[in-house]
Amino acid sequence: MTSQHAGRAGATYAAPDGKPGSDPVAVAHSVPMVTFQGAAKRYGPVGEGGFTAVESVDLTVERGAITGIIGRSGAGKSTLIRMVNGLESVTSGKVLVDGVDVGALGEDGLRGLRRQIGMIFQHFNLLSSRTAFDNAALPLEIAGVDKKAIRAKVGPLLDLVGLGDKAGSYPSELSGGQKQRVGIARALATDPKLLLSDEATSALDPETTQSILELLKRINADFGLTVLLITHEMEVVKTIASHVAVIDAGRIVESGRTFDVYTNPQHETTRTLLASALKLPNWLRSAVRPQPSAGDRVLVRLVFFGDTAFQPLTGRLVAELGSDVNILAGAIEEISGEPFGSLVVSYSAEPDVVARANRFYAETGLTTEVLGYVA
Amino acid sequence: MSPDMIFGLLSKALMQTLQMVLVAGIVGSIIGLPIGVFLATSGKGELFPAPKTNRLLGLVVNAARSTPFIILVVAIVPLTRLLTGTSIGTWAAIVPLTIATIPFFARLVESAIREVDKGLIEAARAMGATPSQIVYKVLLPEARPSILMALTMTIVSLIGYSAMVGAVGGGGLGDLGIRFGYQRFNPEMMVLVVAVLIVLVQVVQSAGDGLARRFDKRNRKN
Repeated sequence: MTSQHAGRAGATYAAPDGKPGSDPVAVAHSVPMVTFQGAAKRYGPVGEGGFTAVESVDLTVERGAITGIIGRSGAGKSTLIRMVNGLESVTSGKVLVDGVDVGALGEDGLRGLRRQIGMIFQHFNLLSSRTAFDNAALPLEIAGVDKKAIRAKVGPLLDLVGLGDKAGSYPSELSGGQKQRVGIARALATDPKLLLSDEATSALDPETTQSILELLKRINADFGLTVLLITHEMEVVKTIASHVAVIDAGRIVESGRTFDVYTNPQHETTRTLLASALKLPNWLRSAVRPQPSAGDRVLVRLVFFGDTAFQPLTGRLVAELGSDVNILAGAIEEISGEPFGSLVVSYSAEPDVVARANRFYAETGLTTEVLGYVA
Repeated sequence: MSPDMIFGLLSKALMQTLQMVLVAGIVGSIIGLPIGVFLATSGKGELFPAPKTNRLLGLVVNAARSTPFIILVVAIVPLTRLLTGTSIGTWAAIVPLTIATIPFFARLVESAIREVDKGLIEAARAMGATPSQIVYKVLLPEARPSILMALTMTIVSLIGYSAMVGAVGGGGLGDLGIRFGYQRFNPEMMVLVVAVLIVLVQVVQSAGDGLARRFDKRNRKN
């Protein structure tokens, strides 16, 4: 994690805005929304025969931010997110939600906590026997809210998620995206302070995924609602999460601001998860050699972000090198709202050319990575 | 036999059958439903964990279900006498019919409840629902179409069982068929009894299917 962006973390989202649903008092104090302290989950006996799903996780989820936990299937992310609302108990360590130790709560206390935490699911988990309206009303019924108050609450909620006209539809009459919108309305019904998202977009097509992510982002911004999501898709994290933690084999291997982790991944798992985003084209990958032979060209990835994203550096590089620069691959993306460009170029591996290039990178602050050599 | 006589016998027997099936069906289901819910929710790590009681109840249910009905009828005569004051007649027949219905329906309810997507239970727990709220607001409504099908199946089986209670003077269509149709060799009566039974089963099945469909929102399309 670089320090250049520190200080911005959380601040963008944490400002209380006084809009309905936000709680300025809660937003203002400084306890993180969720803190994992050496939290671990072990199934079965200690030693042989047992299975550790989550191993001693330390992680904080900032108030008002969207935090993503990314990992492959079986990495332990499902267990991790369920520790937050006590659906999974910890076998050692602690999980604090708003300063409260989840493991120390009794059944009643746990139910009270769960009514302050909304959750949405990969397969929506809507009741097939209830309409969209009645599904969204379920948490309120469970909390013992009277019918009149339920009607006053659920109507506007369905409008918020864009399903005002589908109140009377059963889940089987709705598309996947619409079902997830009902799921979101249901999760928001009790005005939770935290929303847990369990692979909420994994069963949806890319376009629907984007619209659901937009909705979550808007809810986060408008109501200051803290969101903790798990996913195996980097795209999801990149689109909405301001913070990310990478989980592998039950351990958090890397965490920080999404932009920093994305632009400067430290751990192998992170790189693999990113691979699809920063991948070299196949023809190029098979041609790369680790050591140069005579007449080879050096293959370099130039990474643009922050200040360098807005400068005409490629043109200057060509002028500076006095040698031809070949552009082989590249993409410009937006990561949690910031521009990020990656350009793969090749130029002569002659020592003086390389020296001029390196001097240029040092002067401009451009981040580079030598990928290998090509003919 | 005159047609009037046949009609008189048939209608009396139909009434007895309906009386037995309805009373045993209703009482048996009312008792069987909570037992079925308990069987489906009291396993290890489930909503009301009581694995020992669950296993014991499962054994009792299996024992009751594997006892041949005609033996059950005779075996529980003391109980029948205690409850109805007699061991013969239609009311006396209702007791073994009810006893047989309870485990039958309970098992069907258990499987109907177990079919409900576990994700819904998890979602309800995440909302802060109590175990009994999960039963009333999630499991029973979601299992309703399957439970209605189970009820239909139970009633159809009861119509079959009720034919055997002629042994304790329970009367009914089956008894009429055996005594007048078979033992007195009256094929017309036999055919008529069978025809009425077929119509009865058909009506029950259609009504049950219709009701189940009405409550089944799982595959509705616009």
